[in-house]
Amino acid sequence: MSSTVAGLVQVGVLLVVLAAVYKPLGDYMARVFTDRGHLAVERVIYRLGRVDAESQQRWPVYAAGVLGFSFVSVVLLYLVQRLQPFLPFDFGRGAVGSGIAFNTAISFVTNTNWQSYVPEVVMGHSVQMLGLTVQNFVSAGAGLAVAIALVRGFTRSRTDWLGNFWVDLTRGIVRILLPMSFVFAIVLIALGVVQSLRSGVDVTNPDGSASTIALAPAASQEAIKELGTNGGGIFSANSAHPFENPNGWTNLVEIFLIMVIPVCLTRTFGTLVGNRRQGYALLSAMGVLWTGMLAVIWWAEAHPNGPAALLAGSAMEGKETRFGIPGSALFADATTGTSTGAVNSMHDSYTGLGGGGTMLNMLFGEMTPGGVGTGLYSILVTAIIAVFLAGLMVGRTPEYLGKKLGRREVTAAAVAILSMPTLVLLGAGIAIMLPGTPGYLANSGSHGWSEVLYAYTSASNNNGSAFAGITVTSPWFQSSLGICMLLGRLIPILAVLCLAGSLAAQKKVPATAGTLPTHGPLFSSLLTGTVVLVAALTFIPALALGPIAEALA
Amino acid sequence: MTTTERPAAEQRRHHVERTGRPGAGVFNPRQLLVSFPDALRKLGPRHQLRNPVMFVVWAGSVLSTVLAIGDPDVFTILVTGWLWCTVLFANLAEAVAEGRGKAQAETLRRTRKETTARRLRADGTEEHVPGAELRAGDRVVVEAGQVIPGDGEVVEGIATVDESAITGESAPVIRESGGDFSSVTGGTTVLSDRIVVRITTKPGESFVDRMIALVEGARRQKTPNEIALTILLATLTIIFLLAVVALQPVARYAGSVQPVIVLTALLVCLIPTTIGALLSAIGIAGMDRLVRRNVLATSGRAVEAAGDVSTLLLDKTGTITFGNRRATELIPVDGTAMATLREAARLASIADTTPEGRSVLDLCGGPVEVAEPHEFVPFTARSRMSGVDIGDRHLRKGAASAFAATEESRRVVDEIAAGGGTPLVVAENERVLGVIRLSDVVKPAMKERFAELRAMGIRTVMITGDNPLTAKAIAEESGVDDYLAEARPEDKMALIRREQEGGRLVAMTGDGTNDAPALAQSDVGVAMNSGTMAAKEAGNMVDLDSDPTKLIEIVEIGKQLLITRGALTTFSVANDLAKYFAILPAMFAGIFPQLDKLNVMGLHSPASAITSAVVFNALVIVGLIPLALRGVRYRPATATALLRRNLLVYGVGGVVTPFAGIWLIDLVVRLIPGM
Repeated sequence: MSSTVAGLVQVGVLLVVLAAVYKPLGDYMARVFTDRGHLAVERVIYRLGRVDAESQQRWPVYAAGVLGFSFVSVVLLYLVQRLQPFLPFDFGRGAVGSGIAFNTAISFVTNTNWQSYVPEVVMGHSVQMLGLTVQNFVSAGAGLAVAIALVRGFTRSRTDWLGNFWVDLTRGIVRILLPMSFVFAIVLIALGVVQSLRSGVDVTNPDGSASTIALAPAASQEAIKELGTNGGGIFSANSAHPFENPNGWTNLVEIFLIMVIPVCLTRTFGTLVGNRRQGYALLSAMGVLWTGMLAVIWWAEAHPNGPAALLAGSAMEGKETRFGIPGSALFADATTGTSTGAVNSMHDSYTGLGGGGTMLNMLFGEMTPGGVGTGLYSILVTAIIAVFLAGLMVGRTPEYLGKKLGRREVTAAAVAILSMPTLVLLGAGIAIMLPGTPGYLANSGSHGWSEVLYAYTSASNNNGSAFAGITVTSPWFQSSLGICMLLGRLIPILAVLCLAGSLAAQKKVPATAGTLPTHGPLFSSLLTGTVVLVAALTFIPALALGPIAEALA
Repeated sequence: MTTTERPAAEQRRHHVERTGRPGAGVFNPRQLLVSFPDALRKLGPRHQLRNPVMFVVWAGSVLSTVLAIGDPDVFTILVTGWLWCTVLFANLAEAVAEGRGKAQAETLRRTRKETTARRLRADGTEEHVPGAELRAGDRVVVEAGQVIPGDGEVVEGIATVDESAITGESAPVIRESGGDFSSVTGGTTVLSDRIVVRITTKPGESFVDRMIALVEGARRQKTPNEIALTILLATLTIIFLLAVVALQPVARYAGSVQPVIVLTALLVCLIPTTIGALLSAIGIAGMDRLVRRNVLATSGRAVEAAGDVSTLLLDKTGTITFGNRRATELIPVDGTAMATLREAARLASIADTTPEGRSVLDLCGGPVEVAEPHEFVPFTARSRMSGVDIGDRHLRKGAASAFAATEESRRVVDEIAAGGGTPLVVAENERVLGVIRLSDVVKPAMKERFAELRAMGIRTVMITGDNPLTAKAIAEESGVDDYLAEARPEDKMALIRREQEGGRLVAMTGDGTNDAPALAQSDVGVAMNSGTMAAKEAGNMVDLDSDPTKLIEIVEIGKQLLITRGALTTFSVANDLAKYFAILPAMFAGIFPQLDKLNVMGLHSPASAITSAVVFNALVIVGLIPLALRGVRYRPATATALLRRNLLVYGVGGVVTPFAGIWLIDLVVRLIPGM
């Protein structure tokens, strides 16, 4: 079987498995957030947290919950890293430096998992498990809660109440993320992923020299790393490391985990709004873009244009031979199309077009299919912009799912849409102007610019993958990327919750033959077009001088 | 509910007009020239600040003027000139739209001649005061040949009034105190008799004044949807501003610092100038289209709401059916010959001057006089019949209950009533000859019209005072979706509330004082000009022709306005793709020769490429002014069909057009020396 056929089989298997779990998982998640009862363990959590689980929150309170929770999480995670010497399993790695600790705290709380450190040297198992893994769960849970609050904006009418953030957060973690992670951690162990509390094993190399191979509780972290679209590896090489991702099977399982919740959330959405076809419309827009970008990246990597790669026949630099081009392209598409950012190959070594493809995937705004929760609310915000324009063209003031899109709704959607390009363009623009910057870049010319652009794109979109060629440990990069991660996460969340509040307050307009249908192929293509057009118009100048110039060279 | 008077001439005019779709308002290129001075006047910064998109263009123009003065070369001067043209063309669009309104306002203003009012003092004596000094509550006397000095209500007397100054309709109308025909409009002329009018509005706020202000666009406020769209356009502008600003540091890193004039040109080409320039013209033109149909809206918001209407309440009489019931069938009973019945019905109706009586004569045919000596018997409330005595032949026609019915006649009478008609019995010497069926005649093509509305997602509800049986029959015949029978004002109100409760927007027409609460409650309330002042105050539109069918046109005008806005925005944004292809290679092919592959249009040189894009960007505004004023073509259809068509025309068209346009302009620009 040729590598291409094997790749196509992998894509086929992935799609079949996703299709098989689409209905049950999507509907299960819908039930989780509409269930009136509470599990015993949840009751305990509510009692400990003094949460009245029956109470409802207005959008500002819900937003204050998300913000407050994130703030406390950042502080705690920072402290855990700084206090590492006092924790067990620290292996004498010492307190994490303040710059790294600040950047990492924000990075994991915002579900970005950008890593400006080498894990197996800097972080002990306690920091990994108590700090980083905890955030892997709760940051994904928070994103899920915000998405559900927005969906409630559509389903509820004439109310201020959006649900209860603490209940939504708890349920997402207890009923969805924890059980699935548990099962898949065991699956990954069975497939050969390492799970160990030892710091490492000492080995004698064939040449007689001695070295230490780091070990870690990788499987348990790997499951939530992918499932929560986090992406922060327990080893520096991330999913390219054989202990995190030893073979083709684990590779496929990890890709599945990356995709499964964002994909199935479209079903949850359709079920909650009482019209499954609404969910299919979002899914098909996501699917078209995801498949399209996969084709671009795959093709680009199989048809490299550099002299060395031409000699080798394919662009294998920075890729693991056990995954090959298809396994790497598939992983790269999945990890950048969601806000995961885990990598099984080095995107910096991709061809101009392939690397540009992974970047464009993020510049779409992380909605193909996006992160856990964040993907759903991002594509809904884009849908609102698409409906606003198209709605006018059918001769009515625009409405989406029975809710009018007026001044407040458009303003909120505009703020959510604006924040990411602002952060990317300003951040990267300022960074490239700084006199010291070229010194931190592995490459000059257009590829150097690509490295800077990729870093700010990854941070502002809460993706976390890196074009490894850039050294980001300088104070400017640590702090500016930290701010990009924080604002790139919180501004859209605030805007989305404000949007949810104003939608929930409206009454529902019944659909008639004169209403713009927001399901079916026509709307789906419109939505796809809007995603592409917004990203293209915003970033074509920046991309032209980086990846496009490289690709055409 | 009252029936509106509609002279035959007016009905004819409407029949012709109704066949045309909203659109009309032919654009004359000369208007561009006429409005040019106004466009120049709008170049000040204060005017530009109202529109964020055009303000950015204005600021860019100022900046490049400074640059052009500092370093004048052909390219800089050319680009600067065309940037100013962009601003100017936007002003021109607005000025042309306003100019068309002004022309209409001028005709209206002529009606507002200086009048002298004969004001009544408290003691009943008269004093002569200028019309402008009248206050609400003043009572004035108006006699034949005099102009009514202000809007008001007739409190005493009855008169015929020529309202052609307002409605353009020459047939005089009757205005009398009390009832639903009491309101009069300032500027109209009393033709006969004497009336006392109580003034209801202050000078400067009369109907004509409001109309003038509206058509001139003087008191134009942005509508909710316009505001939301402006926010979206501002967002796009910020995005492009960022994209262009961030370009310079990268360009510097790449070793090719860009001239500010080039970045300014790129920015102006990218931001949605087309829709930014035409947005206010579209709004003014939408209002203008209503006024051209003799409908006066109190706000632009009402016009937008009209596009959203999903339930139309239509009065049966005058809207769905012709104003009066007509005789449609003669049914002889108990062996009477048809000829005998026809003759008897004709004779019995000759003295009946009601429209129903005329319709019996129309149906029976034959002479409308009685040859032999005769005596007419008029209708009385007690006898409930009328007719004629010719010798000893006593011919009568009247309500069924006034006659001793035979078994067959009772059966026929019941059958007609069950079918929604009104039976009239004809008898000779108290022997029943037969029954006349009077029925409502549904206007032609109503069924098709309602089907169209249904396709547009609009539910029609017929409102009638008839009993449910009659109402049902007419509803079925006309194809209306639902009906409200034996409707009292409070039923109508309850119906509107119920529809609104379900999130639907309701439109209705009304003319009586008892319609006022429902008019106020409905989202689009169109008052008939012939109606009472209370009705006119309560509604948010007034139809000067008092034609209830116009409600349907109003909805179409509202939709057309919104579609025009959406279509031009889509076109504007879709244009950007080609502009990138023109400008980016021009900017960077110097350092990255491979980017020249993006120059798919084969533009002559970097300077000519950028200039051509700027020129296209400016010219497309002028090119689209007629479309903005006329509105895009609107055909009633489902939302899906409309979206597919408009996306194809304005979305795909918007991507393709600039490629051709910029290429063509470049063919000319490259001939300029120094390009």
